[in-house]
Parts: sequence; structure tokens; C-alpha cells
Amino acid sequence: MGLVMPDFGLLFWMVLSFSLLMWLLGKFAWKPILTALSAREDSIEKALKSAELAKNEMVKLQAGNEKLLKEAMMERERIVKEARELKDSIVREAKNVAVIEANKVMEEAKSAIARERSEAVNEMKSVISSFSIEIAEKILKEHLSDNKKQKELVANYLENIKLN
Amino acid sequence: MSHKKSEMLKAFRILIILYALGTSSILGAKAQEHKTAGAEPAIEKFNASKLIMEHIADSYEWHIAKFGETHVSIPLPVILYSPQSGFHFFISNKFHHGTESYSGFRIAGEESKYKGKVVELASDGTEKRPYDFSITKNVMSLFFSILFLLLIFSSIAKRYKEGFDRAPKGLQSWLEPIVIFVRDDVVKASIGEEKYRKYLPYLLTVFFFILINNLMGLIPVLPGGANLTGNIAVTMVLALFTFVIILFSGSKDYYMHIVNAPGIPWWLKVPIPLMPIVEIMGVFTKPFVLMLRLFANITAGHIIALGFYSLIFIFGERSLFAGYGVSIITILFTIFMGLLELLVAFIQAYVFTLLSALYISMALEQHGEHAADGH
Repeated sequence: MGLVMPDFGLLFWMVLSFSLLMWLLGKFAWKPILTALSAREDSIEKALKSAELAKNEMVKLQAGNEKLLKEAMMERERIVKEARELKDSIVREAKNVAVIEANKVMEEAKSAIARERSEAVNEMKSVISSFSIEIAEKILKEHLSDNKKQKELVANYLENIKLN
Repeated sequence: MSHKKSEMLKAFRILIILYALGTSSILGAKAQEHKTAGAEPAIEKFNASKLIMEHIADSYEWHIAKFGETHVSIPLPVILYSPQSGFHFFISNKFHHGTESYSGFRIAGEESKYKGKVVELASDGTEKRPYDFSITKNVMSLFFSILFLLLIFSSIAKRYKEGFDRAPKGLQSWLEPIVIFVRDDVVKASIGEEKYRKYLPYLLTVFFFILINNLMGLIPVLPGGANLTGNIAVTMVLALFTFVIILFSGSKDYYMHIVNAPGIPWWLKVPIPLMPIVEIMGVFTKPFVLMLRLFANITAGHIIALGFYSLIFIFGERSLFAGYGVSIITILFTIFMGLLELLVAFIQAYVFTLLSALYISMALEQHGEHAADGH
């Protein structure tokens, strides 16, 4: 029976010391331990969440990068194509311009040549006419200075007329 | 992971060694006793139930061993208040292991109803029990366990105060999972997310108090060896704390439920208040069961372990060789029982905490919202 009869003294000490233990542990152990534990859990949760966020951001960024790369590639192609077209058009234009210019130069040259030629011919004509007058004068003088010769000439002319 | 495993193994090994030490010291003591007893004509027969009961009961001295006729024990302070003679304070060695009386007090003998307790001898020769505040073996053990708890948890708390982001180390990494287990799987699971914080310190204290005392009870030498959580006064105080908390945190619905349980036919309540009586009984049986369960489990564990030891001496009385022969088996059994008790130490701490948390959550429950929903 002694086993199931609680002792007064032990009851007294137990109430006293257990209350003290509860108070001391509550104040000096459980409070800092539980606060630290929940703080740690919060920080872990936050870290995990931010890691997840960073991962998502990364995926988004990667997708963006790919898109950007694709766009850049397309842009490059477009630019190259445009440049090629531009080059072609420039070359074509240059050719056209060159042809026109050449033609123009040629025309000018031709007209210059023609002008020069006509001038030269005119000059030549006047020179030749003056020469021929001079020559005719000289010939006449020479022929008229010699009678015999005059006679021969007349005879020559006459002969020619006869032939005709 | 393997590190933790090796720690556990180390703890087991220490426990087993302590067991072996305890066993051998009892063996040695008893063998000595046999030698001296053999010389004397009056042979005191080995009494297993006496040994077991003495071991389980409280004591005014901390008995460690007995070599021949010399007791090795630590005397403890005796504090008494008697209405006749006032306060008395002395050390228990004045009783000379219960053989002598001191200033009108003595330890009651076998035939007394106060067997093993200090009694005051009245002038007419009757024994009277004074108010006994003695620091007995159990009280001493209580102080030891509280000292250990404070040392352990203040050292851990210091590390937590250094910053929550530091990785657990040493004792802390051993105890942190248990603290988290109690918090998440016992208290939070039973009481719920909103209100558990208020009850967590008490329930954690109860859990570790029961656990450390269960474990200290398994260690056969000082500072262990007392049967503290197997003492009804200790379990009664623990159950009373839970009871008081239940009473103070009980919601209006909880008390209404006791007086007027919903969903029960009126004739069970009105002429004879049958249901209210049952409900009120239920209020008291909950802590009563808490008290008895822990007490019975731990005491039973001690009785079984001691019973196995007693087998050695029961057989040894018939023949010394039979005693030694049986000792091998009983030591193996006791080691097995020790491991089982190690498990029981955890389970009983867990069960007490879990049931306390459940009873508290029952008292906190509110049905008001559900009743309003019915309209």
C-alpha cells in the first residue's frame, strides 16, 4: 500500500522544484531555443523561396536571352541583306551614271572634234584659196612673162577644147 | 547520419557497461554476504520481494552497496515538523540505517503501517507520522535531474543565443530533433497552429523531465538508481499540473459540455444527472490515468529488472553454481530489459506529453462556430 500512497514530503518538493524548473527552463531555455528555431526555419523558408524565385527569374532570363539572340540574328541577317541590296543598287547606279557620263564626254568630244574639224577645214579652205590665188598669180606671171609659153598654153587649151 | 548512429551506439554501450557494473556490484555484495552469513547460525533467507520493494520505495539514505555488514551509503538530510516538538533538522546517519532512534524519532519497522518512514514515538508508545520534508533519495534524485536539465538546456540555449543561423553542434544536435519532434509532432499536432505556443514550454519541460528521470532510473549507480518517475507522488504532481492547465484553459464550450452534453437524450440529464456525473468523472479520470500510467510503467520496469537479479540469489541459495549459472542468463535478460526500458523511457515521456497536449486541446475546443453554422 505504501507504493501507491503519495509521500507528503516528496509532493511538496516536487511541486516546488518542478514549478521552479518550469519557470527557469521557460525563461532561460525554451524561449531562446524556440525563438532561434523558428527564426532559423523562417530564414530557411525564405531562402528556399528566394532560391525558387531566382530559378524562375533565371529561366525567364534564359528565355529572354534566347529570344534576344534570335532577334539579334534576324537583325543581323536583315542588315546584311539590306547592305547587300544597297551595295547592288549603288553599283548599278554607279554603272548607270558612269555610262551616262561617258556618253556625255564622248558627245562633247565628238562635237568638239567636229567643230575643230570644220574650223580646220574652213581655215584650210581660206588658206588654200589664198595659196591658189598666189599660185595662180605666180603661174600667170610666169606664163605671161614668156610669149612662147603663152602660146603653148593657149594652144593647150585649144587642144583640150577640141578634145572635148 | 553515421555519426549520429555511432553516438547512439556509444550511449548504448555506456548504458550496458553501467548495467554490468551494477550487476557485478550487487553480485559482489551478495557473495560477501553469503560468506559472512554462512559463518553465523542465523541465516537470513534472501527475500526477493523485500529487496524489490526496498529498491522501489523511497529512502532516507542513498544506498550504494553493502560489503559484509558495512553499508556504503550516503546519508541524506532529514527535515521534520512535528506539532508536538516543532522543527527538527538532522542527517539520516543518526538512525544508523534504521537500527536506532534519534530524539524521539525512528524509522518504522516491518510491522508498522508507516514502514520505512520516519515516525515520532508518542508517550503512549504509538507511532505518529510527523510532517516529513526530508531530502530523501527521491528528492535528491529530483534535484539532480533538475540540475542536469538546467545545465544541459542552459548550455544549449547559450548556443542558440549566439545566432540562429549556426549549425547545431554536439549535445545541441542530439536534442534539437527531440525538441522539434515534441513541438511539431506532439504539441502542434494536437493543440493546433494558433494556440500551441502558450503550452509548449510546459509540455517540453514535462517531456524532458520525465525522459531524464526515466533514463536516470535505468542507471543503477549514483546519481541514478532512484525510482523517481515510478513514484506516485511525482507522477501525481505532473498530472496535477496538466489538470490545472486544463481547468484554466478550458473554454466555455468545454464547461458547457460537461454540464449539458449536446446530442444526448434529455432523460439522461434531467431527473438524475447521469451524463453530467459521467462527464465530471471524465474530467478527473484523465489526469488520474496520466498519473497511474507513468507510475505503473516505470515501476513495473524496475520490478522486472530487479526480479531478474533476484533470480540469481534465489538459485544461489540452493547452490552457488546454480546462482552463477543462472546469472549469465539473467544478465542477458536484464540487458534486454534495459534496452526495452530505454525505449519505454522515451515512449512514456512521449505518451504523457501527447496525452497532456490532447487533453488541453480538448479543453480548448470551441463548438460555437459550428452551432452558428447550423442556422
